[in-house]
Amino acid sequence: MNNSSVAQLVKGLRERQYSSVEVTRSYLDRIAAMDVHYNSYIGVDEAAALAAAEAADKRLAAGDTPPLTGVPIAHKDIFCTDGMRTSCGSRMLDNFVPPYDATVIQRFKADGAVVLGKTNMDEFAMGSSNESSFYGPARNPWNTELVPGGSSGGSAAAVAGWLAPAATGTDTGGSIRQPAAFCGITGLKPTYGRVSRLGIVAFASSLDQAGPMAHSAEDCALLLNTMAGHDPRDATSSSAATEDYSSRLGDDLDGLRIGLPREYFSDGLDAATRRCVDNALQELESQGAILVDVSLPHSALTVPTYYIIAPAEASTNLSRFDGVRYGYRCEDPVDLHDLYTRTRGEGFGEEVKRRILVGTYALSAGYYDAYYKKAQQVRRLIKQDFMNCFDSVDIIAGPTTPGPAFALGTKSNDPIAMYLEDVYTLAVNLAGLPGISVPAGFVEDKPVGLQLIGRHFHEARLLNVAHRFQQATDWHLRSPDFATGEQH
Amino acid sequence: MQWECVIGLEVHLQLATQSKIFSGSPTTFGAAPNTQANAVDLAMPGMLPVLNEQAVCHAVKFGVGIGANVNKRSVFDRKNYFYPDLPKGYQISQFEAPIVGRGSFEVLMEDGSTRDIGITRAHLEEDAGKSLHEDFQGQSGIDLNRAGTPLLEIVSDPDIRNAAEAVAYLKALHRLVTYLGISDGNMAEGSMRCDVNISLRPKGSLTLGTRAEIKNVNSFRFVEKAIHHEFERQADILESGGKIVQETRLYDSDRDETRSMRSKEVANDYRYFPEPDLLPIVIDDAYIEAVSNSLPELPGEKRDRFSTHYGLSKYDASVLSDSRPLADYFESVATGCGDAKIAANWVQVELLGQLNRAETVIENCPVSAIDLAGLITRILDNSISGKIAKQVFEAMWQGEGSADEIIAAKGLQQVSDSGALETIVDDVLGANADQVKQYLEADEAKRKKLVGFFVGQVMKLSKGQANPKIVNELLVKKLV
Repeated sequence: MNNSSVAQLVKGLRERQYSSVEVTRSYLDRIAAMDVHYNSYIGVDEAAALAAAEAADKRLAAGDTPPLTGVPIAHKDIFCTDGMRTSCGSRMLDNFVPPYDATVIQRFKADGAVVLGKTNMDEFAMGSSNESSFYGPARNPWNTELVPGGSSGGSAAAVAGWLAPAATGTDTGGSIRQPAAFCGITGLKPTYGRVSRLGIVAFASSLDQAGPMAHSAEDCALLLNTMAGHDPRDATSSSAATEDYSSRLGDDLDGLRIGLPREYFSDGLDAATRRCVDNALQELESQGAILVDVSLPHSALTVPTYYIIAPAEASTNLSRFDGVRYGYRCEDPVDLHDLYTRTRGEGFGEEVKRRILVGTYALSAGYYDAYYKKAQQVRRLIKQDFMNCFDSVDIIAGPTTPGPAFALGTKSNDPIAMYLEDVYTLAVNLAGLPGISVPAGFVEDKPVGLQLIGRHFHEARLLNVAHRFQQATDWHLRSPDFATGEQH
Repeated sequence: MQWECVIGLEVHLQLATQSKIFSGSPTTFGAAPNTQANAVDLAMPGMLPVLNEQAVCHAVKFGVGIGANVNKRSVFDRKNYFYPDLPKGYQISQFEAPIVGRGSFEVLMEDGSTRDIGITRAHLEEDAGKSLHEDFQGQSGIDLNRAGTPLLEIVSDPDIRNAAEAVAYLKALHRLVTYLGISDGNMAEGSMRCDVNISLRPKGSLTLGTRAEIKNVNSFRFVEKAIHHEFERQADILESGGKIVQETRLYDSDRDETRSMRSKEVANDYRYFPEPDLLPIVIDDAYIEAVSNSLPELPGEKRDRFSTHYGLSKYDASVLSDSRPLADYFESVATGCGDAKIAANWVQVELLGQLNRAETVIENCPVSAIDLAGLITRILDNSISGKIAKQVFEAMWQGEGSADEIIAAKGLQQVSDSGALETIVDDVLGANADQVKQYLEADEAKRKKLVGFFVGQVMKLSKGQANPKIVNELLVKKLV
């Protein structure tokens, strides 16, 4: 059961092949034994997890339960969990225990899922390698010298290393899709507004979106069924109807028009990675899809636009961490100014400070029009590019990242190189679209991801295409040796 | 040099809503510190604002009430600055696209004239909390009960020229918003707070001088005093050749002076930008029309109607329409007794006089409008005289019952029976033979005076209950 998909666990639990307590216990044991190598978890509350599993077993015994009842799921440590430390990967919140659950957590609990633990992440979700975590970097189970990606690196590593059947992540510029690609798992960033942001520590409010990370599109659909839906307590959450995301997984791809943006297959793309993506596209073509060349002409402006808007929003979202009400507080402040400057100076790490500075600058009087306002205008153009493409295609496909996972420490001192890691994922957030990364092969034993981008609220279509691809391929079924202890 | 004062006012009006503008916490005044602050108000991680629709409705009412352009799309912005009473590190306000655009409304000045004061804009925002500097031994406490209270900031054009006009404007604004029911207008509890922007220029000049902003002046009287003080201060500086520094000043009511808080050179850069956690407020014509149809009669309309419909003087009409409860009270009395002029007189003189002496307001008046109408009815049907009526009113105020009950219990019914009165008249004439003699010899003018004397004696003997009209007739008949 340790190497079971969520779908298999759902079945096994219902058929009493094992209890939720047994499943949860086995994952907890595995975490205890293996996570020393991955550092994928920041917090695990064994007693709480087992108590939840016990309660789930009672529900299962009573019958008529939601599908995820008894399934243990790991959550990125950005989701507030009632009574369980929520650090957001930062010293600032190292001591923060929320008295409430994020809506996403509430929904999982209501559906009987077990909170297995809280996963490692880049500090305040700012990073593409998990190296900015206050708790040290998570490592890639395929090769622990490699980064797992970020910011949801802990979730990706935990799933890839079989330390969780599935996990949640958040994606502001690629933070679900990029680590999913690096760790060889499937990760979906839903449409902006599809999943409630309430109780998720905010990074960039107009870009943040939570989504599932699992071994397959089928499992992602099961998680999304629980996560998606309107939340009256999040004004930006959509009231558009949800659907059963599992119901259309098997639809055929006949006549499906897939747009290939020429800007995503240009010089910056690693040749071996490109070969994996091309092979994947051929597979889709063989199933009846039609490949169409398209263009996203403003792609070159994506990285600068994102790195104005996201830091600008972050700079004010992070103002609340001031040492007054909760979280880190410096020792013996002499006055208010000292309290603010030392608390924030000591509580935040380098990357977070860098982005607060950039964002503050972009919003400041005299620069606002040239930076923030201009970036918002360009953001509209970028979104329009996608809308134009969707006039003629159903989905857009390309690589998730320019290349496979890189070694720890190789980019952490070069912010620009790090920011370029997200060149193919950022625009999806700027346009508010759903995107999914699907395992599509290996480059030198390092996983590569295929990214599929859909129209707003077309998650079911993305999951359908990903599922059909996974029915014909086995990339998503491969496991790192270290994780299973077996050769394959 | 003759200086002209140019004043613009920013009023922070607390909107009357059950809960805060972006959270479900109650807004009741005076609760124990931090008992009305939830996770949203405390800016706990991950918490999000949700707009209170009642606040929007109130703002639209105000916009429609002053005939302003209500913007169909308005946007919330974040105003960023660090302060412990501002938990998020930013205030949610409206900057570029406020909900209420340009409008104006009529202000009745002290001398009875009216002037239109322009309203630049009015926007929705949240209030901050409160720092408590006492009782914490060198530290400060924070009370976040007020954080998130809905405010409408109403910005006037610089149309105001002196303290009296400023006060007249504020009173008119207060009247308007309480009529509209969008605020309780309770100034002592901070429901209406005022920032005064003031500058001077040589009389006749059209260019504006450098202004100072006086923050948080919280009563009509303090506004008046602060303007007087600031006028003198700026005039002194200008006349001695100095320059006014653009700055924020604080009015200290204890010392009756304004003093500098901070100058613009070190002012905050608020880094306004659109609040990404909230959608723009979008309203349509149908909404505005529905709000418009729900508006009560406004103060000016009511005043004009009182004067045309009831034939009251402009002054009486404005006194009686000063507040909605008073106006409603007056109208109940007027329709109850059928004589608006006497009703107006009683409400203004006796009732308001008693309320003033008791230092209370019409809402707490112990005499209901129906009971007062009942009393006036007894004057009109000659059951009691006006003088007795005041005595009855006093008893009603003390809670002794309705007019009829008191008249009956105390036997105050006016005596109109000529048989009973004739006996008294005879007694009076018998006891004052000298005056009777004088009367018979006197001219018309003197006779009138003596009749007055005899009536007075009869009234005295009858303890004021004799019907003076009938007494008069009897006297004239007997004195021949």
